[in-house]
Amino acid sequence: MVETLGILGAGKLGTVLGQLAIAAGYRVLIAGSGSSAKIELTIETLVPGAVPTTASDVYQQANIIILAIPLGKYQNLSPSALAGKLVIDAMNYWWEVDGPRPDLTDPRHSSSELVAHFLKKSHVIKAFNHMGYHDLFDEARPQGQAKRKAIAIVGDEHEYVKKTAEIVDRFGFEPFYAGPLAEGIRMEPGSAVFGANVEKNELKKLLARFEETKRGQMVLQARGINFK
Amino acid sequence: MVDPQKIVFGLDSFGDLPTDENGNLMTQAQAIRQVVTEAELADRLGVNVIALGEHHRPEYAISSPDTVLAGIATRTRHIKLASGVTVLSSDDPVRVYERFATLDALSNGRAQVVIGRGSFTEPFPLYGYDLSDYDLLFEEKIELFSKLLDEKPVTWSGKTRAALDGIEVFPKTEKGRLDTQVAVGGSPESVVRAARYGFPMILAIIGGSPRRFVPYVKLYQKASQKFGTKAYPVGIHSHGVIADSDAEAVELAWKHTRKSLARVGKERGWVPMSREQFEQEVKQGSIYAGAPETVAQRLAATIKLLNAGRFELAYGAGELSVQARLHMIELYATKVIPRVREILAEG
Repeated sequence: MVETLGILGAGKLGTVLGQLAIAAGYRVLIAGSGSSAKIELTIETLVPGAVPTTASDVYQQANIIILAIPLGKYQNLSPSALAGKLVIDAMNYWWEVDGPRPDLTDPRHSSSELVAHFLKKSHVIKAFNHMGYHDLFDEARPQGQAKRKAIAIVGDEHEYVKKTAEIVDRFGFEPFYAGPLAEGIRMEPGSAVFGANVEKNELKKLLARFEETKRGQMVLQARGINFK
Repeated sequence: MVDPQKIVFGLDSFGDLPTDENGNLMTQAQAIRQVVTEAELADRLGVNVIALGEHHRPEYAISSPDTVLAGIATRTRHIKLASGVTVLSSDDPVRVYERFATLDALSNGRAQVVIGRGSFTEPFPLYGYDLSDYDLLFEEKIELFSKLLDEKPVTWSGKTRAALDGIEVFPKTEKGRLDTQVAVGGSPESVVRAARYGFPMILAIIGGSPRRFVPYVKLYQKASQKFGTKAYPVGIHSHGVIADSDAEAVELAWKHTRKSLARVGKERGWVPMSREQFEQEVKQGSIYAGAPETVAQRLAATIKLLNAGRFELAYGAGELSVQARLHMIELYATKVIPRVREILAEG
């Protein structure tokens, strides 16, 4: 059976992920912030095959939902409607869109932990956040092809990490499990992998280098951990 | 396809500070005068447009493009004088109209306003605007600006500026309408908006394959059809370095273009482009670096792919030397542009 995948966000990232999802054979629903009419033309043209709809319709029809809205708006999501679903968080703090939001850059936790804390009954996994949308578009390669680029995944529940890895793979990238959701901070803006468009081994190395970055130092300090 | 002879070729600058013949970084004032000199050269060599962008940052000297363009206006004859972009969200549409209508008078009708939301946020706090009004500011101001373009008494009211009640704005242009285009960075919403107002659209393509923008052109055309407005061939803005040899151009681009992109990216938390990513950009992405023939081939391919009617080369990113910049303008005007027209004419 064809699986239904919902995408919240019809901007640059949402439309590129939609294109990858269609190419991967999913049934794709995409919602923007308003009515479906507002994004109809955009979706029909940029993501042929996807269904432009509303967020509430996505909640109803899809059990896998990718978040591609501005991070600053995560509290507009409906925790009850998203209960029990696999929610893939592709969002990042972007000060130009979100404005100054110390809550979203708090070094004590990753932004995906905030999202997971808000969506208590959902299975929140972080993926697709560290590669720029034009690289996501340019670099997707079919399964089995050598030298595919890697996408880091973090999450706490094995079953849902596995499911996300399958999606990453079908979208055209090598999935790389990078630890529990808390480790998502290693993939955020300011880290060595943010914007990285590399293969698995290199991604692994860059993730390990987090403590050497300015942001990494700040995180360690805030968490009371001394860096040797 | 657009008639290859009619494709508009431009040069774009933000007033990056170049280095002088002794390798010293120029002052901002010198950098502004340098852009005027370069525009004069471009005019003499037949480049169609010079477009100057508005920034409010230490590494870019131009915060008031129309003032610099006014200087260029009195020293050139043919070249169109465009902004690239005028950040309308944090400006006043009435003043933008007045300034560019003045420029149009000074230049005998060569002014072009290119409006956009801008990709930087500095002007918001600088002029006392709230970033959280980002969408509202642009939406209201483009609406008012499009009314002003009719050069008739304007009645308008909104939340972001004082209302106008049957007010006329001066000077009037001789053509009866200011030449206006909208630049977009790839937000689908912006593409639809440009079509809704019937403005020609310029795509800022500063990373990745131009192929990604093919559906955007289609979106612009379909949206124009839906709104009953005219769809123009799109324009493209991308970075590039042209030198005598591929190797020289690529090294200059690595040293300067990549550095300048990395500096901006860093503020957004991005890691700088790796050598591999950079080479990919040069080979098939959005950095046009090479000897004239190489750049001409790549440009022709992109123009054909997007059926573009205009290409603007951001020619001076980073701290390129004055000599390298002048030489690039010469190569662009005398070798690349004619060669692109030739390749496109061959089909």
